[in-house]
Amino acid sequence: MKAVCWHGTNDVRVDNVPDPTILNPRDAILKVTATTICGSDLHIYDGYIPSMVPGDIIGHEFIGEIVETGREVKKLKRGDRVVVSSMVSCGQCRYCQHQEWSLCDNSNPKGALQEPLFGFSTSGIYGYSHLFGGYAGAQAEYVRIPFADYGAVKIPDGLTDEQALPISDAFPTGFMGADLCDIKRGDIIAVWGCGPVGQFTIRSAYMLGAERVIAIDRVPERLKMAREQSGAETINYEEVDAGEALKEMTGGRGPDACIDAVGLEAHGMGFMGAYDEVKQAVKLSLDRPHVIRQMILACRKGGTLSIMGVYAGFLDKMPMGAAFNKGLTFKMGQMFGQKYMPMLLDRAVKGEIDPSFVFTHQMPLDQASQAYETFKHKKDNCIKVVLKP
Amino acid sequence: MKAVCWRGAKDVRVENVPDPKILNPRDAIVKITSTAICGSDLHLYDGFIPSMMSGDIMGHEFMGEIVELGSGVKNLSIGDRVVVPFTISCGNCYSCKTAQWSLCDNSNPNAFMAEALYGYSAAGLFGYSHIFGGYAGGQAEYARVPFADVGLYKVPEGLTDDQVLFLTDIFPTGYMAAENCNIKPGDTVAIWGCGPVGQFAIRSAFLLGAERVIAIDRFPDRLKMAKEQAGATEVINYEEVDAGEALKEMTGGRGPDSCIDAVGMEAHGTGPDYLYDQVKQAVRLETDRPTALRQVMVACGKGGTVSIPGVYGGFLDKMPFGAAFNKGLTMKMGQTHVHKYLDPLMRHIQNGDIDPSFVITHRISIDEAPQAYETFKHKKDNCIKVVIKL
Amino acid sequence: METESDKTNQSQSQGDATVSDTERWASIVGGSAMVLMGLKQRSLRGILTAIAGGSLAYHGATTDKSLQEKVTDATGINKAIKVEKTVTINRSAEDLYNYWHNFENLPTFMKHVKSVQVLDLRRSHWVANAPMGQTIEWNADLINDQPNQLIAWASEEGAEVDNSGFVRFQPAPGDRGTEVKVVMEYNVPGGMLTATIAKLFGEEPEQQIGDELRRFKQLMETGEIATTEGQSRGQ
Repeated sequence: MKAVCWHGTNDVRVDNVPDPTILNPRDAILKVTATTICGSDLHIYDGYIPSMVPGDIIGHEFIGEIVETGREVKKLKRGDRVVVSSMVSCGQCRYCQHQEWSLCDNSNPKGALQEPLFGFSTSGIYGYSHLFGGYAGAQAEYVRIPFADYGAVKIPDGLTDEQALPISDAFPTGFMGADLCDIKRGDIIAVWGCGPVGQFTIRSAYMLGAERVIAIDRVPERLKMAREQSGAETINYEEVDAGEALKEMTGGRGPDACIDAVGLEAHGMGFMGAYDEVKQAVKLSLDRPHVIRQMILACRKGGTLSIMGVYAGFLDKMPMGAAFNKGLTFKMGQMFGQKYMPMLLDRAVKGEIDPSFVFTHQMPLDQASQAYETFKHKKDNCIKVVLKP
Repeated sequence: MKAVCWRGAKDVRVENVPDPKILNPRDAIVKITSTAICGSDLHLYDGFIPSMMSGDIMGHEFMGEIVELGSGVKNLSIGDRVVVPFTISCGNCYSCKTAQWSLCDNSNPNAFMAEALYGYSAAGLFGYSHIFGGYAGGQAEYARVPFADVGLYKVPEGLTDDQVLFLTDIFPTGYMAAENCNIKPGDTVAIWGCGPVGQFAIRSAFLLGAERVIAIDRFPDRLKMAKEQAGATEVINYEEVDAGEALKEMTGGRGPDSCIDAVGMEAHGTGPDYLYDQVKQAVRLETDRPTALRQVMVACGKGGTVSIPGVYGGFLDKMPFGAAFNKGLTMKMGQTHVHKYLDPLMRHIQNGDIDPSFVITHRISIDEAPQAYETFKHKKDNCIKVVIKL
Repeated sequence: METESDKTNQSQSQGDATVSDTERWASIVGGSAMVLMGLKQRSLRGILTAIAGGSLAYHGATTDKSLQEKVTDATGINKAIKVEKTVTINRSAEDLYNYWHNFENLPTFMKHVKSVQVLDLRRSHWVANAPMGQTIEWNADLINDQPNQLIAWASEEGAEVDNSGFVRFQPAPGDRGTEVKVVMEYNVPGGMLTATIAKLFGEEPEQQIGDELRRFKQLMETGEIATTEGQSRGQ
């Protein structure tokens, strides 16, 4: 089959690889009908995620049709059209049973790699380095789904591929980002990053009762989408000081919660931005923590920081003095996909949201390397690409 | 009057200064009977907190007797015996009204300084640098207490100074640290730092229903107090074993459900990251040494809570946010909302659930304060808590 | 949709009676976005006085609007100091409006203002502290007054310090009190050094207005202004 393989920094290729096979009784094989490049795939593309091996198949946001099931798969059958969570979760451990699916104890075959770095191992993720299990990804014609009964959710009739596809990752990630803010009446939520996850975060914050949502980015078409499609007020941080603007726009109080939908490749202005780039170039620091720094300073006293952008390593120059003295709460984590997917499918079926609004491009899987370049450099106003195998 | 004045890093002196006066209608003047040196005073002593000025009066854990009242204070009388929360709170703003007392909007006259550094300004504090208001502190014979009508708390009959003094800071601080862990039945709580705040965090975690409390330090006398007086289930000396590994073993491989960093910015460590911090701190690239916080973030179990009562002032490097993110941790922190805890903790003291005086190892006169700072800093003579008696 | 400048032009040219006074003001001072961001290079004074010109509440205006605009242009918008600051106060809009509306109260929390004397319903006389023990004085006109919502003013023509602005009171969401927004503009008058006016209104006008608003908040919430001036310390 054809699959998008990682061969090094800024080098992905569509290779011919063997088809996946059932390896465990709870596996299923999925014929991928639509997949997409996630912002976090760019961290891999840019070489910031350790433990990638050349030849690894990447991709973790996808839908498709079940073509084969292992003997212990009970809820799914051949022909089912499903959306699959990007997190691999067993469904039986204490974490899965508490709906903390990305903290699964049992789904990471290479958990030992994580323990020195994180203390404990977390769930596997499709196509996201050996640190996260080394599972083959889904930017391919077929993919193996471990613990298929708990990872794949049937797509209700009436939803198109493009409508169901973001429910694999971007939409639940955005929803959880808003959910972690514990939004109360009158709350004003600030969202950093107007990529696809940011767009869903804005929409989710309104679904959860936010009074106002203010979105921050520097790319005009993303800000436009945030305003016109997601309904946010916007700040272009290259034109104004985002912290000062937020203070003015919130009656001097600051936003009640700040959500990071950018993660480790945030672009920053000024001295701190330059400092991070230098350090990142010489590999002293893995992540560019500009967004978290800004959020800590911009958030109101007693407010909440919700961190959905992916962080992998260590962060420097964190203004923890500010966080401490303002009594902030930090909430974060890989998304608990399975907790939110059925509810989000339901909202899409009811027409509360059409998740396909984030797609600006559709390309065949064969053109994946071109798609990565277009997406990375935001060429042609690219916000999100559907890849059709 | 006599007061402990800051004159520079590692230089505090007992000096004669003018007595305090009423400056605002809601002020009171308190004649101090007992006042303590807090671990966070050592951050000032070591020169890690910016915006101290020579001559500033130190101290924020004090109690005494009201000797003068402003015209706006109606609920107190001269002669009342009171404890004084270290956070100054107006009682009227949104933060105070929602019981987030240490985030008071109105009590810091130098709010612009805090805003420049932190984005927004929290409450003023007694004797804790000009960023936090520049208020004269309570290691003195008298102190002016702003917003006395909501700050001063009357001491019931029959309790000694030593029993109630720590309601001003460290008992509520340890209690809030435990409360921030959102303890559920069966939970294991790990606490870094067995100084006074750590001791109260241990006791408080049990008061809030923890199944087990594991305490971590390197000083045998502090670990002994944690086990014998505060009642920690187990203790770990991190100079003898790897604390993270030990905790994992002691918790069935799950890790603690929540972790408290009761150490703060001057943590001591053993690994290479500790040396990295010392070097950076020496060249002023980093203001704080966050060894304990790093360990806490890595040692905490998945989905767990990290609670930070230890004071951090500036910027931290090498923070393992990858670990925190991938484990889905919740981090809670902040200065203590002292006012919120006075009633419930006073009840615990009156009921005999706890006698906070167990942490006191040294009682001195104010003239001995400069020497006591040295003793406390170097933990000489098994020093855990110093109380100045006036 | 009608833009702000359309509305402004409309009221300027004809004082359109079909656009209500409130709407006209809302177009400039309403909403949650930053006022100055919307203003860009234009003069706050020009806009305020232009809208006020079409206002029924503003009887007896003697200002020639086009002249006013010319004066504003002549003084040079690029030299104007513009400040926008917002604070949320845990009191009703009514209480806050009432205190502010008595201009003689303002020196209580505005450090640079020595005194304000109310001359009549519309005019007031301001005395501000200037460097080296001197004072600067001017008369100000109340150009819009909407009870519990808005107070807008502009210095009389020819004033030594040309200034204009408004304070707006708006309920904050979720029982958080009232948002008080101050937007001000100072134009550097002919002959007066930029440095002098900078000293008059602080090296950092943003910070100065911010501090004044904070003192207003302290006063209105707690009844006093937090201070350490006069406390004990080592000599």
